[in-house]
Order: sequence, then structure tokens, then C-alpha cells
Amino acid sequence: MLQPPTLPTNYTVKHGHIKTSTGKTIRSEEMIVNMGPQHPSTHGVLRLEIVVDGEIIVDCIPHIGYLHRCFEKHCEHMTNYQQVIPYADRMDYCSAMTNEWAFALAAERLLKIEVPERVEYIRVIMAELQRIASHLIAVGTYGIDSGAFTPFLYTFIDREKILDLFEMTCGARLLYNYIWIGGLSHDLPPRFIDQAKEFVTYFRPRIKMLNDLLTYNEIFVKRTANVGVLPKEVAINYAVSGPQLRGSGVNWDLRRDDPYGVYHKLQWEPQIGKGEMGTVGDCWDRHIVRMREMEQSLNIIEQSLAVLPEGNVQAALPKRIRPEKDAEVYVRTEASRGELGYYIVSDGTASPFRVKARGPAFVNLSVLPEIARGSMIADLVLTAGSIDIVLGEVDR
Amino acid sequence: MEFIQTIFANELFVAVLLSIIPLIFIIVYALVVLYTEMKVAAHIQDRVAYMRTGWHGVLQPIADMLKLLQKEDIIPAHADKLLFRMAPFIAFVGTYAAYAVLPFSSIFIGSNINLGAFFLVAVGSLVVVGILMAGWASNNKWSLFGGVRSAAQMISYEIPTALAIIIAVMITGSLNLQEVTKFQDGGIGNWVIFGGPLPWNQKLMVMPFTIITFFIMFVASIAEVNRTPFDLPEAESELVQGFNTEYSGMRFAMFYLSEYANLFTVSAVVVALFLGGWSSPFGSLMSGPVWGIFWFVAKAYIFVFIQIWVRWTLPRLRVDQLMYVSWKVLTPWLFFCLLAVGLILVI
Amino acid sequence: MSAAGTYFYNIFHSLYTIFVGMKITLPHLLTRSATVQYPSVKMKIPERARNRLYVNIDDCIGCDQCAMACPVDCITIETIKSTPDVDLGLTSKNTKKRLYLPLFDIDIAKCCYCGLCVWPCPTECIVMTDVYEFSEYDRKNLIYSFGNMTPEEISGAKERLKKYDEEQTAKKAVAAAAAAKASQAAAAPTPPAASAPPKPEPPVQPAN
Repeated sequence: MLQPPTLPTNYTVKHGHIKTSTGKTIRSEEMIVNMGPQHPSTHGVLRLEIVVDGEIIVDCIPHIGYLHRCFEKHCEHMTNYQQVIPYADRMDYCSAMTNEWAFALAAERLLKIEVPERVEYIRVIMAELQRIASHLIAVGTYGIDSGAFTPFLYTFIDREKILDLFEMTCGARLLYNYIWIGGLSHDLPPRFIDQAKEFVTYFRPRIKMLNDLLTYNEIFVKRTANVGVLPKEVAINYAVSGPQLRGSGVNWDLRRDDPYGVYHKLQWEPQIGKGEMGTVGDCWDRHIVRMREMEQSLNIIEQSLAVLPEGNVQAALPKRIRPEKDAEVYVRTEASRGELGYYIVSDGTASPFRVKARGPAFVNLSVLPEIARGSMIADLVLTAGSIDIVLGEVDR
Repeated sequence: MEFIQTIFANELFVAVLLSIIPLIFIIVYALVVLYTEMKVAAHIQDRVAYMRTGWHGVLQPIADMLKLLQKEDIIPAHADKLLFRMAPFIAFVGTYAAYAVLPFSSIFIGSNINLGAFFLVAVGSLVVVGILMAGWASNNKWSLFGGVRSAAQMISYEIPTALAIIIAVMITGSLNLQEVTKFQDGGIGNWVIFGGPLPWNQKLMVMPFTIITFFIMFVASIAEVNRTPFDLPEAESELVQGFNTEYSGMRFAMFYLSEYANLFTVSAVVVALFLGGWSSPFGSLMSGPVWGIFWFVAKAYIFVFIQIWVRWTLPRLRVDQLMYVSWKVLTPWLFFCLLAVGLILVI
Repeated sequence: MSAAGTYFYNIFHSLYTIFVGMKITLPHLLTRSATVQYPSVKMKIPERARNRLYVNIDDCIGCDQCAMACPVDCITIETIKSTPDVDLGLTSKNTKKRLYLPLFDIDIAKCCYCGLCVWPCPTECIVMTDVYEFSEYDRKNLIYSFGNMTPEEISGAKERLKKYDEEQTAKKAVAAAAAAKASQAAAAPTPPAASAPPKPEPPVQPAN
């Protein structure tokens, strides 16, 4: 009979001995429990091997790779750089526009293409709308992890409006193939600006409602404050980025510190966790950073819609893709989950020689064993949820 | 009950008949509450549920029951077979036995014993045994977690329940639930939550404490039934289905049925003790034996609705926070209320 | 704050936030739902929607650009050159068609709906429609064949091509031999009359 493959754990279970009052000794043992690939709460196919002593976690070992789809290998066999964009979409499928933009930026730097200003502004609008949509998923599923089933559906109603905007522009709701190297595939349709402004006015009070319903609810605060605390030094040492890093109090946002696009022309502030309800860097801080980032994204979208210049979005699309031989480039952007970077090596042909994607969720997940030790299983679920992983990005 | 006895001379036959009537009520009520829960949950979440079977889905609970009835009976290979089979029935028996002392109307109570409230608390502990058995016998670490957590939770929340019952009993003077309800007959002012039929100065002093007691009893009863925010034993996000994970088909239906029957039981107890049971709030208007059933079921149903509403709004508490709430918040406040009510009644 | 103060504050603050939350969810019981009863009511699809592919095979010139642009290689095209004696007609953009299309298969199960095949088509014959309800019971039914030639037509076209190719190679061979002969005759102007090669036949003119 075939046995399922066992993945190696280099953990030996500790035994203990408890003396009872009658003089006998009872052997106690730590338990290895599997929060398996199929679980309502691990946000995808992630296997967490947890060693527990009662209800306290002694160690937690994540096993990934269940969603590996050989993205980097596929890129080497594409006919040209343009064909990589649908594949890049599918890495972090909850936040596809930011993936495409990062790759397009990398390719444009490699091919030395300058895009028109209208393209930059539209890219910013799309990326910020996508950031709101991605944070809505994060917040909604975080509510489900903690037991509140309703905020998830409210966030998805708001997300539908964003996806309607995207569908109106490029024809797809989740995986867009919209941001092309050198420009965009379509220009904005006539009704886009009005509908986007309607969305901004509609969404602001919804953030307040979500805060009242979930974020400031005392039960939720008690569950998430002082849980999964990620200290500043540990976060920096593990190369954590995105809302997780900012939740630990580090004021680092690639849109301001390593600028790309037109972010330097717009007024917005990166949001940082200050430990309002517990310690700095706990799960509540990461959650409130995401909620406040959604508000900031609304500001960015409003400002961009107001100053959108005219132009032709397909003016800079390259006719032939001819990079230099032996050129390489690494470009990093602030995706919804953190620093998304692409390292492209070209060999002079129209298809890349090697593409390496630095997925933020992969790096952010690596910090989970460090912050989960010593907490309870119920806390582990909330900690893993606050890291906000998407397995497509972890496994690529 | 007595007049039914006059129709049929055989006592055994009467006893069997009286015990079947709550069972029929449970089954009919389970269908209604299943539908209510699904529809209320759906509309709170801005969606509609169940539009296809029957008009707006009214036949869906029957379809669900039929589906569960015809499912395959799967028992895990290394499960403890006897315990696994017995667990759902013990849980259900614990719930069902409590229906014996619920006063549905002035003429109908399953068993008019003088220890009604005491019997309720005692029999409610059987459910704990059933859940522990289910958790252990499933041979599944996650179910074990669920079972053990649930045992801790239910045992610690029985104390606030019992204390609240004591307070209501102190005011009314009898453990017999039928007597308690008769004591509150005569209009909304006589309900125990507003102090009971006492002289107005005592009533005014007792009223804040009885309101707090009623509220605490309601919260403790949500915890007894394992519903959010206290539903750690079956926390769907963490333990898949907790102690229920390995159960399928009719055994799962038994657990499900016992959970919903428990919902009604605890609401009914709260209503009988604090809100006047089968007595009409308008005094003599709309009162009588048949009206009694309507008032009793309607009032209990309002609390069932509130429990459903709370379930779909709030996140869940962690195990140690659960214990904190029970031992450090509910119990001390109830002791204080007990002291206060006792003093006021004496003075 | 003292311990007792925190204790009481926690209790009342918890109750307050719980009631605020419950106050938010209750009105949703009375508002319209946000969902749509799907098969009876269908939502409007915008005009740029990217759903099932459709190929207008009469317009296709067989340039293979869409197959090369596809990132997942779901389009398979085979062409047969047409002979000059056959007129395949004009496309909608008034270009002459020169290729038969016996095989134009799109495996719609592999398609990733990116739309990259639509852009390079010179006659805009491959488009993404707004049809999104096309599930099948058998996976083979998801391979859409847009080629509309019968097997007899295909074999007939192949035959004609083979014949034309043979004629062209024969012509070229004859012309090459004649050219070689002419250059040899030019290089050696006084060949002996007895060893003169036989006069080549005049070339056959193809009928126009």
C-alpha cells in the first residue's frame, strides 16, 4: 500500500513526568498537531505543523509548496516579455494590478522605456484601488478567523464595486493583463472617472462602519491586542515588509522611500502602528494599519482623478522588445502585502533569461514560528491571519 | 395535564403521551428555527438564502433533514465505537429531559415536580458528558481539543446559571417552574425582571438587581449552548467543526438537533423565571390556557432570535477569556446581586 | 487607573462596543440584499468583457500571430498554401487570402482569457465575446474547432498544392537545365555538331 510522503521535521517531542499525589508518575508528552493543507483558516493550502503542550504552542513549522506553479520557469520560455504579464497576475491573485505594475516597471527599466504621464497616473489609480480591494479581503477573512462572520460579506460588497470598475476598464475582474510594458492595454472608458468618484464617496463611511463593527469591538480587541507581537528588530532582521512592518512601528513605505510612479507628487502618509490597544506590533496594530491604509488610498485616488492629464496610453508600447545582452535589473514596489520585487536577467533575446520574483508573503510568513511560540492555538490562527498571506505569492 | 388524565385512565399511557408531545414540539420547532437562523443570518449579511425549495425556501429544512437521514454512517477506523455511538444520544437526552419541567401553559407541564429548576440544572450537565464522549471517541486531536474546551466551558457557566435561578427563586419562593409562573401572573408589572409582585418600595429597590440578573443569566445561557461568542468547542475557523468533526449523517443531526433544542430550553427557562412564562403582559387580556402556549413560545422565540442576532455579529472569545468572564465577571456580580436581593427581601 | 477602575471600565466598554456592533447589523435585516438571483436575473456585462473566444474563420488569413502571442499555447493552426489557380477571396479589410485553414483549434479550457491573441490579428477576426456560460460535460467538447473544411476539401487542397509544387520544381529543373545549357553553349562556342545535345522542348505556359 502506498504511504503518503512524510516531510521531515527535525523536532523530537519532549516527554515529561508528572508525579501524582498517590505516588504514581504519569508520562506526559507534547502533541504534534497538523493544521493541514485543507483548513478553513489557513488562507490557502498552507500546512502548519504545530507542537503543543496542552494549549500552548512550543513550536510551529510551516510547510509550503502546495501551490507552486513554476512561475519563474515559465517566464524563461515565453516568446517575449509581454507574455509574462498574465503569469505575473496569477502570483498574488488577490492583488493582481500591483504584480503587473512591478513587472512592467522592471521590464521598462531594462528596456529603457519612458511612459507618458497619463499612464503613470492611471497606474497609480489602479494600484490603489487594488490595494483597497486586497485589504478588504484581508480584513474580511480576519474577521472570519476571529469568529465574526458578517464583516466578510460587507467587505465583499464593497469589493464588488471596485471589481466593476476594473471590469469596465479592461474586461476582467480578477486577473487583468492591463498594465503592459510601456503603457496600458486600454484607456479609461468614458464613465470611469465619475464611477470612481462615486465609489470614493460611498466607501469612506463604510470604513467607519467596519471599524465600529469589528476593529473597536472589545471582544476583537481582547483577541488581537498583545497577541503575536512582532518586535521592531525581529521584523527588520527577517526582512518583513508592508503593513506587517509598519504595524511594528517602522516608518518604511517604498512608495515614499524608493519612489516610483507619481507617488511623490501626491499627498498621503504611510500609516504606522503605535500600540494603541496593546503593545506595538501586535495583531491589532497590523489590522488598524490596513484599515487606515485604505483611507489613505482613497485620498490618493481622489487626488489622482482630479489631476489626470490627457495623453495616449499606448504611445510608448515597444514595437520590438530588444533588451541589451547581459543586462540585469531589480525593481521593488510596494504591493498590498509588502515589498514585491522582480529581478530580471536578459540575454539579449526577446524573452527573459531568468526572472526571480521576491514575493512579500513568502518573506512575511517566515516570521511566523518566531512570533507564535508561547501563544495558544487560538492565537496562532489570528497571528497567521494578520500576516495576510496569499499562497499564490508564497509558493509562486 | 390532570384533565388529560381524566380522559385516559391508564397512567402509563398518559406518561408516554406527555413525553411525546415535547418531542414533536422539538422537531417542529427545529425546522422553524433552522429556517429562521438561515434567513436571519442571510439578511444580516445582505444576501438571501434558500430561494429555490418552496416559496423563499420554506421547504429547505425538510430537505436538510431528508439529506441527513439518508447519509452514509461513517465511523473512523480507530474510534472508540461504543462511546462514538452513544455520545449524540446522551447529548440529546440531556436536552430533551429538560423539556419535562418547562411550563408551556397553565394546564400543560410535562412533570409538575417541586424541584423543577434544580432538575434543569442537573440534567443540563448530561450534555457535557455527551460532548466529552464525542471529543474523545473520535480519535482526532482536534475533536479532543473541542471536547475538552467544551467541558471546561459548560461546567464553569453552570454556576452563573444556577445563581441566577436562585435569585429568581428567592423572589418567587418556589423551585417549581409552574408555581413561579403563576406567581408572575397578572400583567407585566408582576414579572420578576421588574421585581415581581412585591410592595412598590421593595420592588423599586430590587428592580436594578433583577435586571442585571436577567441579563447575566441570558449571557450565561448563550455560553451553555456553545454559541458565538462562546462557541470555541465548535469554532469553525480553528477546529473545523470541533467535537463534531467526525460525525456525519444522523449522528450529526442529533448533535445539531440537541444544540437547537438547547437554544429553546435556555430561552424558555429565562422566560419562565424572569419574564412571566405563559402569562400575558396585558393581565387578563389575551390570557388563558391556549393563549399561554402562544405567549410562552413567542417570548422564548424572541430570545432565540436575539441569540441568532448576537451570533452573527460578534467575534468569539478565547478559552481563557471565556473563563475570565465566567469566574471573574459573572459570578461575583451575581453573588453581589444575591446578597442585595436577599437583604431587600428580608428588610 | 486602579485595578478596580480598569475592571469596571472594561466591562462597560465591552458592553458599549457590543451594542454598537449589534446596532449596525440589525438594520441590515430590513435593507435590500446585495445579491442577484443568478439564473433568473443576470447582471449586465460591460462591452470590454473578456470571455469566450470567437474566430470569424472567413476573415482569417492564417498569419499565426495569435498562436504566437498566446502565453499558454492554446491555439493550434495549420495552413495549406493555395495554388494560384484558386481564388480564396478577400477579407473584410480587403486583403487577399492566400492560405487554406484546415485546422484552427482553440482549447478553451487552457485559455487564460488574457486577450493577448486579439491585439495582433490584422483582420480582427479573433475576438473575445461576452459569453460566459459555456461549461461542458466532456472535456473534449471544450476544444473549439473553427476550421470549416471537409476532409475531401482538405485532401483536394493538398493534392493541388502537391501538383503545383511538382510542376514548379519541374519547371525550375527545366529552366535550370536550359540556363546551364545556355551558359555551357556560351562558354564553348564551337561544339562538334554530332555531340550537340537535343534541343530542349519549349516550356509549358501555365494557364492564367
